[in-house]
Amino acid sequence: MKFTGKVWRYGDNIDTDVIIPARYLNTSNPQELALHCMEDIDKSFVTGVKAGDIMVADNNFGCGSSREHAPVAIKASGITCVIAATFARIFYRNAINIGLPLLEVGDDVKKIKAGDVLSVDLESGEIVNTTSGETIKATPLPGFIQDIAKAGGLINYVKGSAQ
Amino acid sequence: MGMTMTEKILAAHAGCEKVEPGQLIRAKTDFLLANDITGPQAIPEFEKIGRPVFDPDKIALIPDHFVPNKDIKSAEQAKALREFARKHKITHYVEAGRMGIEHVLLPEMGWVRPGEVIIGADSHTCTYGAIGAFATGVGGTDLGAAMATGDTWFKVPSSIKVVLTGALPEWVCGKDVILSLIGKIGVDGARYQALEFTGPGVANLSMTDRFTISNMAIEAGAKNGIFPVDEKTVEYLKARTNHPYTVYTADADAVYEREIHIDLGKLSPVVALPHLPENVKPVAELPEIKIDQVVIGSCTNGRIDDLEQAAKIIAGRKIHPDVRAIIIPGTQEVYMEAMKQGYIAQFIAAGAIVSTPTCGPCLGGYMGILAAGERCVSTTNRNFRGRMGHVDSEVYLAGPAVAAASAILGRIAEPKEVLA
Ligand code: SF4
Repeated sequence: MKFTGKVWRYGDNIDTDVIIPARYLNTSNPQELALHCMEDIDKSFVTGVKAGDIMVADNNFGCGSSREHAPVAIKASGITCVIAATFARIFYRNAINIGLPLLEVGDDVKKIKAGDVLSVDLESGEIVNTTSGETIKATPLPGFIQDIAKAGGLINYVKGSAQ
Repeated sequence: MGMTMTEKILAAHAGCEKVEPGQLIRAKTDFLLANDITGPQAIPEFEKIGRPVFDPDKIALIPDHFVPNKDIKSAEQAKALREFARKHKITHYVEAGRMGIEHVLLPEMGWVRPGEVIIGADSHTCTYGAIGAFATGVGGTDLGAAMATGDTWFKVPSSIKVVLTGALPEWVCGKDVILSLIGKIGVDGARYQALEFTGPGVANLSMTDRFTISNMAIEAGAKNGIFPVDEKTVEYLKARTNHPYTVYTADADAVYEREIHIDLGKLSPVVALPHLPENVKPVAELPEIKIDQVVIGSCTNGRIDDLEQAAKIIAGRKIHPDVRAIIIPGTQEVYMEAMKQGYIAQFIAAGAIVSTPTCGPCLGGYMGILAAGERCVSTTNRNFRGRMGHVDSEVYLAGPAVAAASAILGRIAEPKEVLA
């Protein structure tokens, strides 16, 4: 799977309360959640994000609560893929399970700036920054997790394994 | 090469002789948990699989976050949880009035036990590490799948050994231990790892302190935070369950990623300043910080010992005129006990608010939402921006004694300032 999109750039320790504040957790509807994604730190996100865009952050992205509403809100807002130096673990598994691709790139994340346009190849983990011309290599997903991703998320994977 | 406690429990549940950090395994789950926020998300995922629940006796569905319901949408969520519980004859569903905050309730009812693998669609599921279980938070989809299969996938975490020595000084509690640790290693200091608490200091910690410590393992990014099973654990369980359980101990030659030493005797009352649990400072070193609200409760500090600490400070005094003090017993049992001990009357006489068990203000749900610019000292576990209300409000995390002292003085204070 390949994606090309514009970068929404955030910093360290972006927590799930920022991604989707708890005051909106009285719904599980992805579209409703997407209306409030990131609003506490970036009001321009919801109005400016376009389908295909890519979210990029520094360390420990998605720390905090186990709310799956966080990756759901990001995905429903149109973001195709999240790239970070590192991810918090529950966010990582939730994103994989709902089919929001993630790439971990360590310190190379510093080479990506807000507004850059990236071209991402999920299989190879190759990220081409078409704005700066640089190429970054992400750690590919472990095999077992790739199987879940290929099945389109955990539920399909479990369904498949039952047959 | 030996195994850590976490590795032993995971190996046993994966049917392997041995597991190593980094290994991907499928492990059997002994107990599952969801609440009124995550349950309604797990249910449709479960239903897509089209199988019955793997075991209706091994699932707890607890409406605690927005219950008693704060609005129509949250009432719909609680209703979805209730109807699912009825349809699938889920044994461990509890209704408001009999319910409690999930992570206080489950151990209290004896539903979780040492040596078990427990996953919950709630990040603070790691609380049950206090009784020697492998317990970790997952998302709704994970939980939905596990409700059908009775197992889940894990990446075996490496472990950090936290060696505790000494005993806590007066007015220093489990909250100060875990906040001090997070202050030292940071909010991602144990990311993807297990925290294993050990050393002679463990015996000096009450079960309440251990629950508080394991509860906040996630605030250091950890997958789980586990304590050995000792006499105090056995004593605690005896009153609550006669279900058999397995005690796992770490091998002497187990391999740890690193070792951290904490002398409990050297700790002092601390707070975590906004907006991260790692911004930890001793209360004694703070300038004067005036406050508008105090919250005492939550899955971190809503147990009877926590209320006792608060009552010792609040009894016979008055809440500061500029402060709203909200006290929330973690479960109905805690509420009843606090009433018997006279704490509830003391809180009300002092001018505090006492509520039925609920997560309420902890996650900025209801029952104590902060306005712009307001400051709250809270015994909860997260002080992220906007966690308890307006994005420009501030949450200071502390133990119940510091929270109670602050409620009396109207500023962040040490217990000894009130008692002097
Ligand atoms: S009390 Fe707070 S942290 Fe604990 S389960 Fe409830 S919302 Fe989560």
